[in-house]
Amino acid sequence: MKIKVRLFATLRDGRGKEVEVERGESFSTLDILEELKIRREEVALFLINGRDGSFETQLSEGDVVSLFPPVGGG
Amino acid sequence: MENRYRKNMKMLSEAEIEKLKGCKVCVVGCGGLGGYVIELLGRLGVGQITAVDGDVFDETNLNRQLLSDVNVIGKSKAETAKNRMQQVNPLIQVVPLILRLTPENGRELLEGHDVIVDAVDNIDTRLQLQDLAEHLGIPLVHGAIAGWYGQVATIFPGDRLLDTLYAGKQAKGIEQDLGNPSFTPAMVASIEVSEVLKLLVGRGELLRKKVLYIDLFSQEYNVIEMGG
Repeated sequence: MKIKVRLFATLRDGRGKEVEVERGESFSTLDILEELKIRREEVALFLINGRDGSFETQLSEGDVVSLFPPVGGG
Repeated sequence: MENRYRKNMKMLSEAEIEKLKGCKVCVVGCGGLGGYVIELLGRLGVGQITAVDGDVFDETNLNRQLLSDVNVIGKSKAETAKNRMQQVNPLIQVVPLILRLTPENGRELLEGHDVIVDAVDNIDTRLQLQDLAEHLGIPLVHGAIAGWYGQVATIFPGDRLLDTLYAGKQAKGIEQDLGNPSFTPAMVASIEVSEVLKLLVGRGELLRKKVLYIDLFSQEYNVIEMGG
């Protein structure tokens, strides 16, 4: 199963804007983080097909996951 | 109408310009974002701005904080906001509060405002601000910056948008590594003020249940629909 992952801001460093992650039958956003070597605390907002999702949601073929890092300065 | 507001005409009606004179906006944080927010609200003619910040200026603020210059190093940010706006627009009132917002003092401090502006520099205080604004039934305009990046959202009581935006409960964001340049706070503050103005005059489309995520490095602007 292939999932398209869109990366934003500093998560692009060394990875690019968009990557494809391929794995077995069933995987979640947490597995994607592991695959891309992104720590959970590096992600503030993430979307599954453009809507906010949960880290544990099982993904389906063709899903697009978007990952954004936390922005907190003022 | 005063001459100083003449160029606000056409996009705002005379009645709206009059209405702004009676509005009260609380700006929490008078640093990178807050300095610009206060300047822009003051020039628009928002009648009362409460400027909350317990800090004083230091040299590391000079690269980006509009209210800072070599003469105010060591001086209160909130007090400096008041002094600056006396020069820019003496028709409005800036009430400086030299303290840090806490869950204990927050309610009293924020009560009675039409809109609250989030211009703070850490995630904890933002989440507290969301709780307090919700409790008081006041809309909150959220803005945050980090290096080339920024985000803006308008949050109504019950929306709880920051719970999703900072679901990881991080203490700080990527600004810790990136710092903040001169232009990102100016941009994010401008968009925050456009949201405040629409809330005050009651027209226009808001970034409600949406986040505008700004990437000035790649020149990408994403409006993300959140929940609901």
